Amino acid sequence: MASFGIKELVDVLRESAGEDEDINLEGDILDIDFESLGYDSLALFNTIRWVERDLGIALSDEAISVTGTPRALLDEINRAAAQAA
Amino acid sequence: MSVNRRDGASAPVVTGVGVVSPNGIGVEAYWKAVLAGSSGIGEISRFDTDGYASGIGGEIKGFDPAEHLPSRLVPQTDRMTRLALVAAEQTLADADLDPRSLPDFAVGVVTAASAGGMEFGQREMEALWSKGGAYVSSYQAFAWFYPVNTGQISIRHGMRGASSAVVTEQAGGLDAVAKAGRHIDQGTPHMLAGGVDSALCPWGWLCMSRSGRLSTVADPDRAYLPFDTDASGHVPGEGGALLVLEDPEAAERRGARKRYGAVVGHASTFDPRPGSGREPGLRRAIEAALDQARVGAGDIDVVFADASGVPDLDRQEAEALAAVFGPRGVPVTAPKSMTGRLLAGGASLDLATALLALRDEVVPPTVNVTSPAYGDLIDLVLDQPRECSLTYALVVARGYGGFNSVMVVRR
Repeated sequence: MASFGIKELVDVLRESAGEDEDINLEGDILDIDFESLGYDSLALFNTIRWVERDLGIALSDEAISVTGTPRALLDEINRAAAQAA
Repeated sequence: MSVNRRDGASAPVVTGVGVVSPNGIGVEAYWKAVLAGSSGIGEISRFDTDGYASGIGGEIKGFDPAEHLPSRLVPQTDRMTRLALVAAEQTLADADLDPRSLPDFAVGVVTAASAGGMEFGQREMEALWSKGGAYVSSYQAFAWFYPVNTGQISIRHGMRGASSAVVTEQAGGLDAVAKAGRHIDQGTPHMLAGGVDSALCPWGWLCMSRSGRLSTVADPDRAYLPFDTDASGHVPGEGGALLVLEDPEAAERRGARKRYGAVVGHASTFDPRPGSGREPGLRRAIEAALDQARVGAGDIDVVFADASGVPDLDRQEAEALAAVFGPRGVPVTAPKSMTGRLLAGGASLDLATALLALRDEVVPPTVNVTSPAYGDLIDLVLDQPRECSLTYALVVARGYGGFNSVMVVRR
C-alpha cells in the first residue's frame, strides 16, 4: 500500500472540513496542533472517519484530539495500516 | 393569539437589511429588479424534475459558496445555511453593526426555518443507504437541523444574546422578527432576525408537492398567478431576508446610520380546524396587528399580501382584506410573484421589500397577473410600480398548517 503522508492528510482535511484562509497547509505543519491549524473536534472526527474508510483501518477515539499534531496522527494511521495489511 | 401593546417610541427600529433572492443578491440589486418587474422564476435546473408534476421554481442562479464563504464553512453547511450566512454578513454590514465590539450577550439572532437543510440531509441519507454509515458526514449532526442557521450565524459573528428558531412555515418569516422584538423588550438591545430558506432538491420537492399547492403549469410566466382567475397554486423558491432590529435608544447610542423603519405591530393567529366552517384566523390577525400598532385600517398605505396562488386561499385573503380595509380600500401587492414562495424566507423578504417601499415611497408591482379575480375586493398593483405617499405598510403571511402572521411597519 502506498504510504499515507502529509500530502494525503491535507487533501482529506481540505475535502472533508475545508481550510482556514489564514493558515498555509502547504507549509511545515507536521508539529502544529490541529486546533492551531483551524480544526475543531468535529472537523477532525470527519477527517479521520474519511481516512479510516478509505484505508480500511480503525483508529482509537484517542486519535481524535485537537491538541494532537499531524505527525502523531500520521504515525497512528500508518501503524494501523501496517497492522491491517 | 399573541398581542403585546407597544407605544410607538419604543418600537424596535430596523437598521440593516440583507437579501438573497432569485431575482437579486444584495438589497439594492433585488430592489432594482423588483421595481423593474424582473422575475427570477424559471425551470428548475439543479435537479431533474422529470417524473414530478411541477418543474418551475425560483432558483438563485450563479451562487458559488466558495466565493462568499470561508472554506471551513462549506463542507458543514446546507445551501439554505450558506445563503443565510451571506445574508447575515450583508445585513450586519448594512447596519454597520459589529457584534464582537459589543458586550457578549448584547446581540441575539432568531431565524425562521421550514424543515432544515434538506439537500444536505438527502445527500447524507443517500450515502447511508447506498454505501453505509461510514460515508455519512459528521456534519449531518447539525447541518440539516432546523435551527442551524441561527447557530451558524451566532457562532460566525459572536452573537451570544437571546437566540432561537421558529418553525411556522411561511408565517415564520414574520414570527421570527416578532420574537426578536420581544427579546428587545426583554433587554437584548440588538437582534438579527428573519428567514432564509431552500429546499430545492428532490426530497424537498417531493415534500412540497405533497401539499397539493404547487402549480403544475409548465410556463414560468403562467405558473404562479396569485389573485388571478387562472391561479393554479404557487411555485417554490429559495432565499429570503435578514434584518437588524434594535432598541431605538441602543441604535442611537451606537450611532446607527440607517433607519429603514420601525416594527410597530404584530399578531399571529391559528386557523380553526379544517371543515369546522368557522372563519379563518387571518382577519383576526390583521385586526390584532393594527391594534398593537395603535393605528386604524385607514392609516395603512399598502398591504404586502401572502398571495397563496391557491384559489380558495386567495379568496380568503381578499375577503379578509376587504373586510378590514373596505373593498379596494388599500393598494395590495405581491412582489413574490417574481420570486415564488420562499418557505420560511418569503415573509422576511416581503418585510424587507415593504421597508424599501416605505423608504422610496413606491409600491412594487405584482407581475404576470392579467385577469384579477377579486377586483371588487382588492386593489392589486399590477405591472408597474405605483408611486404614492407611504407611511405604514402591513405584511401578511400564512403558513401551511394554519399559521397566520401579520406585521405593521412604519417608515
